[in-house]
Amino acid sequence: MRRTSLNTVHELARTDGRVVYIGSDPGPGTLNAMKKEFPERFFIEGIAEQHVIGMAAGMALDGVIPYVNTIATFLTRRCLEQTAVDVCLQNLPVRLIANGGGLVYAPLGPTHTAIEDIALMRALPGMTVTCASDADEMRRLVLASLDWPKPMYIRLAKGGDPVVSRDDDDFAIGRAIIRRPIGDAVIVSTGVMTHRAMQTAEALAADGISCGVIHCHTIAPLDGEAMAAAATGARLVVTLEEHVVLGGLGSAVLECLNDLCIATPVLRLGIPHSFVHRYGSQDGLLDHFGLSPAAVANAIRERIDNPKSHSHIKALA
Amino acid sequence: MTAAAQLDARSKALRTAIVGAFEAAGRGHLGPAMSLVEILRVLYDDILDIDPANPKAPERDRCILSKGHGCLALYAVLADKGFFPASHLATFCAEDSILGGHPEYPIIPGVETSTGALGHGLSIGVGLAVSARLNRRKNRVFVVMGDGEINEGAVWEAAMSAAKNCLDNLTAVIDYNKFQSYGPTRDVVDLEPLADKWRSFGFAAEEVDGHDVPALRRVLSGAPFAAGRPSAVICHTVKGRGIPIAESNADWHHKNKLSPDERAAVRAALED
Repeated sequence: MRRTSLNTVHELARTDGRVVYIGSDPGPGTLNAMKKEFPERFFIEGIAEQHVIGMAAGMALDGVIPYVNTIATFLTRRCLEQTAVDVCLQNLPVRLIANGGGLVYAPLGPTHTAIEDIALMRALPGMTVTCASDADEMRRLVLASLDWPKPMYIRLAKGGDPVVSRDDDDFAIGRAIIRRPIGDAVIVSTGVMTHRAMQTAEALAADGISCGVIHCHTIAPLDGEAMAAAATGARLVVTLEEHVVLGGLGSAVLECLNDLCIATPVLRLGIPHSFVHRYGSQDGLLDHFGLSPAAVANAIRERIDNPKSHSHIKALA
Repeated sequence: MTAAAQLDARSKALRTAIVGAFEAAGRGHLGPAMSLVEILRVLYDDILDIDPANPKAPERDRCILSKGHGCLALYAVLADKGFFPASHLATFCAEDSILGGHPEYPIIPGVETSTGALGHGLSIGVGLAVSARLNRRKNRVFVVMGDGEINEGAVWEAAMSAAKNCLDNLTAVIDYNKFQSYGPTRDVVDLEPLADKWRSFGFAAEEVDGHDVPALRRVLSGAPFAAGRPSAVICHTVKGRGIPIAESNADWHHKNKLSPDERAAVRAALED
């Protein structure tokens, strides 16, 4: 997914002279092909995220479209003020490509696990927050980003993630995709969790529970129409995200449904609101936090059987 | 170097405009504005290639007031140059004014970027200077910073990047009035040796009396001082310059209550 996103930036640079790449200190050889073809539009500025965001904002003030790329935690935590003031306050088309969203860097510990990045970015007025499901969708997203008139946060997954998106998705920033028809329940998911949502829905179908899947590659702005359709058609809405349960997709869906006066119960599944002190692997930690397809299916079954069950509250605390 | 130059009629007129806005709002960063007056006056009168009638011309030079809290001086100069009517100055900080306590882009004609959070301007200036080069334009970028402001680490990130990118179209201008909010810069975080710091970061640096208009013209018109290197101009100034009660007085960094005696002292300073 990362390689696809950066190669797509290179592809955009070939057709549009406004496109530049700014990395802080990426791995050796990153986007070498673009560096060779467009050396004057390829910048490596060092471990200086605050500066890099300001520099990108300055370029964008002058009509350039900068794609800034570094590790998600550094791109969101370190330079939040620059992103808020230099980029969002001035509504500049700076694109933040965030490596290792969620638990991708599980072995590296809590300085590197980006589990509240969506909440931080979603809180900034004007910021578009995106989280593609797979490399194919990432390509569509980056192509669509060129003329998107707002700042964008583009969260990357690990790479080699199962492809669930399709060529005929009619991809558009801000529009959710119905991956599986809405049934008794519907899972609203983002990023690579959409693959797990699909597996969950299949497991539930085997038990006679129909479960739809709506994929939100764009969390902000959230597709309110899609949320309304999901919540009025299903008895239970389940949000599924590789993010803390505070401030991310689940919160966005709750806020949206509340504002629309739709009272369908919402079960939020994600990472508890605490730093992660375990290591291992992304998949291992997702399973640990009860986000395996089997565990999610169980949580949904339990909630459907006992609508007032609060057993998941313990997991959220 | 001292900052001893006398103030001429134009410098006094700009200060009178600043005090008018300050009194109308009953608040403002008076000290940080007064140290800036000659720096901004010379930039806008003699250095910058700008046209107030066409403030978005792509070829224009860019000037960023990174120490956004000094905006009273910027507003007085922009009004004087005709970017907006001088009558706006009396609305400073009013609810529906375009002139807030820190400058906002694109609300105020002539303001190139929003500032107010310190340490942001030089990075934005680097971006603008890089963009000028990408677009094969000759325009220059000036970033005016406070001395306290350069406590911020991001300033030095930007400085390294400016040197690495050989941005000789970029000039950092430091309003070195020796005071920040809490007190003297030498007590808070000593900046010395300041010019050598900039030199060691790859800038060609000059020092000047920041209230000496001919000297400022001479130094600023000499930028870039070295081909392929960004420039830095350390302007030795006096915080609150021209208002004796406020000069080098940390209590006048920001005021939001003025006693009748203080009002009288400020007015008297500009009447002789």
